Amino acid sequence: MEIYVHIPFCLRKCRYCDFLSFPCGGEEKRRYLSALGREIAGCGRGRGEGAVTSIYFGGGTPSLLSGEEMKDLTESLKRQFFLAPEAEITMEANPGTLTASHLAGYREAGVNRISIGCQSVHEAELSLLGRIHRYEDFQESYRLAREEGFDNVNIDLMYGLPGQTIDSWRQSLEAVCALSPEHISAYSLIVEEGTPFADMDLDLPDEEAERQMAADTVEILTGHGYARYEISNYARPGFACRHNIGYWDGTPYLSFGLGASSYMDHTRWRNTRSMANYLKNVSVPACLRRDVEILTVENRMEEYMFLGLRMTAGVSQSEFAKRFGRSMNEVYGRKIEHFVREKLLTNSGDRVFLTERGMDLANVVMAEFLLH
Amino acid sequence: MADSKQENIRNFCIIAHIDHGKSTLADRIIERTGLLTEREMQSQVLDNMDLERERGITIKAQTVRIIYKARDGEEYIFNLIDTPGHVDFNYEVSRSLAACDGAVLVVDAAQGIEAQTLGNVYLALDHDLDVFPVINKIDLPSADPERVVEEIEDVIGIEAQDAPRISAKRGLNIDDVLEQIVEKIPAPRGDSSAPLKALIFDSLYDSYKGVIIFCRIMDGTVKKGTPLLMMATGAKADAVEVGYFGPGQFIPCQELTAGMVGYITGSIKNVADTRVGDTVTNRENPCDEPLPGYKKVNPMVYCGMYPADSARYADLRDALEKLQLNDASLFFEPETSLALGFGFRCGFLGLLHMEIIQERLEREYNLDLVTTAPGVIYRVHKTNGDIVELTNPSNLPDPTEIDFMEEPMVKAEIMVTTEYIGPIMDLCQERRGEYQGMEYIETTRALLTYHLPLNEIIYDFFDALKSRSRGYASFDYEILGYQTSRLVKLDILINHEEVDALSFIVFADSAYERGRRMCERLKGEIPRHLFEIPIQAAVGGKIIARETVKAMRKDVLAKCYGGDISRKRKLLEKQKEGKKRMRQIGNVEIPQKAFMSVLKLDEE
Repeated sequence: MEIYVHIPFCLRKCRYCDFLSFPCGGEEKRRYLSALGREIAGCGRGRGEGAVTSIYFGGGTPSLLSGEEMKDLTESLKRQFFLAPEAEITMEANPGTLTASHLAGYREAGVNRISIGCQSVHEAELSLLGRIHRYEDFQESYRLAREEGFDNVNIDLMYGLPGQTIDSWRQSLEAVCALSPEHISAYSLIVEEGTPFADMDLDLPDEEAERQMAADTVEILTGHGYARYEISNYARPGFACRHNIGYWDGTPYLSFGLGASSYMDHTRWRNTRSMANYLKNVSVPACLRRDVEILTVENRMEEYMFLGLRMTAGVSQSEFAKRFGRSMNEVYGRKIEHFVREKLLTNSGDRVFLTERGMDLANVVMAEFLLH
Repeated sequence: MADSKQENIRNFCIIAHIDHGKSTLADRIIERTGLLTEREMQSQVLDNMDLERERGITIKAQTVRIIYKARDGEEYIFNLIDTPGHVDFNYEVSRSLAACDGAVLVVDAAQGIEAQTLGNVYLALDHDLDVFPVINKIDLPSADPERVVEEIEDVIGIEAQDAPRISAKRGLNIDDVLEQIVEKIPAPRGDSSAPLKALIFDSLYDSYKGVIIFCRIMDGTVKKGTPLLMMATGAKADAVEVGYFGPGQFIPCQELTAGMVGYITGSIKNVADTRVGDTVTNRENPCDEPLPGYKKVNPMVYCGMYPADSARYADLRDALEKLQLNDASLFFEPETSLALGFGFRCGFLGLLHMEIIQERLEREYNLDLVTTAPGVIYRVHKTNGDIVELTNPSNLPDPTEIDFMEEPMVKAEIMVTTEYIGPIMDLCQERRGEYQGMEYIETTRALLTYHLPLNEIIYDFFDALKSRSRGYASFDYEILGYQTSRLVKLDILINHEEVDALSFIVFADSAYERGRRMCERLKGEIPRHLFEIPIQAAVGGKIIARETVKAMRKDVLAKCYGGDISRKRKLLEKQKEGKKRMRQIGNVEIPQKAFMSVLKLDEE
């Protein structure tokens, strides 16, 4: 199983961000961290669950936590769960919040992978996104992380940004590749409802340009030795993010913190998004749960397909048969044949996966794998 | 109970231009005569369909009997026959008027005479009704009753100096109207001992009583057991119950005699047996000849109606049958479209009638409909001498078999303030109107007369008229007959396949423009597919316009982590659900609403 911990705090909300996060004061942060500790301690699960193969601290901006605070959190997790010796422990970090002493503390807390939100190397693009940092802040953060000995670092980038050009995107990719991180995530901007971007008159690249940026991403990153292993994720061999792969291959995950989603025992739920509610009810985790969904076998087959197909390795026919007792062919044979003919899917031996064009049109394929 | 002496009966209707306050005045009259307390009055008692109240128009004729104690101390029976307020129902209006002896003409004190006012007044005068005017809405700041009085006298030529100046909304001077009804509208003539002669002016179907005939007794008497004959349809029945109209209810009585307005039931199963305008007589003692003016009303506008969910075909049929029980002018027959599956070709009196039926099917029967472009009945003269009445464009014979075609024409009267004469004349010109004449009603307003193809006014003429005159133009029309015209069938090809449900008949010179706009409109409605989709308009196999829906290049969610999975599933479900509601034509999926988009070609 995997564990996710949500830190819903940031210095300032970015204009495109629809995650659950907000600026907070020191007192609020302390109360939240103490509640998190209690939620972990009282979760009713424990070492009997099997080893935890990955922990992920996401946000928000987890790097707003000090080394000590991070240590407290990992300690309470270690008290409750059995942590596999090779476990991947990731935390998200934002430039402008990382300091050498924080980083040293994170190392001590056991964090062995760090994911830094760079997004762009151009100041104009960063400022339009509403990021708090400049590119040089990012460079400084990256250097500090390396100095502190982090040898598994991800850099987040975004394309399809307002005002962005094909050239400026290529420059961002090249600049980041030059730093040689182990992992790069490159996301196409989604303008989400309810974000400031949704109400702004954005000068977004046209379709032609956006598609070119997508194509350039694959070309430049693979050219620098990064293999695309998921729609938006690229890594050096051996450095694909194990935690995220868990989401796509149906590994159970338990999450702690405000609004965090879990998937255990074929059941999905999320915690309340209200801070007041969370702080009040945290000692009875069942009272935090919202949107509880129990997945039927069919739901699980659907998810196996539409999540698994996000990865370039695709889905495995033998794994499908092992999990569900039915062959993939019996359930999805006709759909698969159809999309193979359409050149959106392809198969090789045991595996079925999206073609490069299929990656661009993934929803078209995935929707057809829903059974009702 | 009032004295039902014939000389104390007043049968009348209220006529007005739309929005001049006809229904409000009717409400006040009913209220004043004490039949309902104010609390019991729902606003506008006579418009009892939801739809009528919402739209503020009268669709079905409603009738109510009221007792009024006049200043002379006598009690009078008022039969107020409310008439439908739209040109689609012109024939029903004329039959309702034939059941009256007089009419109250309501004119808005600010707006004065409008096109419909004139149309209705002439219709009333044609039926020898005594008409007296009432000036309504005198409470409006812009009211100018004296100007309107002059206008009525000048334009219509009826005495208007002593017209009651009222506000129906505020209940001001309603008594003056009631007194003038007594004074100015004559008592009905007719002989109660003569053979029965009654005019059907409406009917409705009741699941317990069968058809309820609304009639005006011209001569003779009808009571329970009277053997009835409908003279035009030949239908026979025995009267089971007779009675009159209380507000919102039927009140049985012993007999109906000459001059009275009331209802008859007789276990009649089909409203088609009791056509509006027919004469009811006693089949054992029949009258010499029926009342003049009966005609069978025929649908003028046709369209295809299909259930959005093809599994609901039978429900649609049942619903149409039920509506037809009450509406003999609704026509339907099954038809099949390659694009839309099984449905019905339906015929209506006009566009409003069509909209009403459509809305009632959707609201009262919960049906989701796909409607094809409305069309008129074209007359196709074939080279072999046959004449085909074309209601569905798909049935147009091969061009080589067609000698010539005709289309129905209307005479349109448009009342407009002088500053908008130009734009309105342009509009009529664009719609292939033939200018007939223009009369100045007063220095600032004119009445334009045009002959127009019905085809050109059934879509959106009224809206265009309103927008080009900033709401100041009003419009009325009557059917003239058929005229030879150069017409072609415009076909739409989607991904090189002809879509029958999108074909329509159009004037040859307009084909290019309409085809181009259709293609543009459809381009906006058809979602992108994995391949490029050409949309083409063609006349006789020749492509005259083309648009292309580009192939889809991106449909992917960049992020999907632990917290996104439920949302992602919902998104995919929505995507799949949306696809289900599409119609598959070849390998292209077309949303239902694309079929209706052709109706709104002129909206920019």
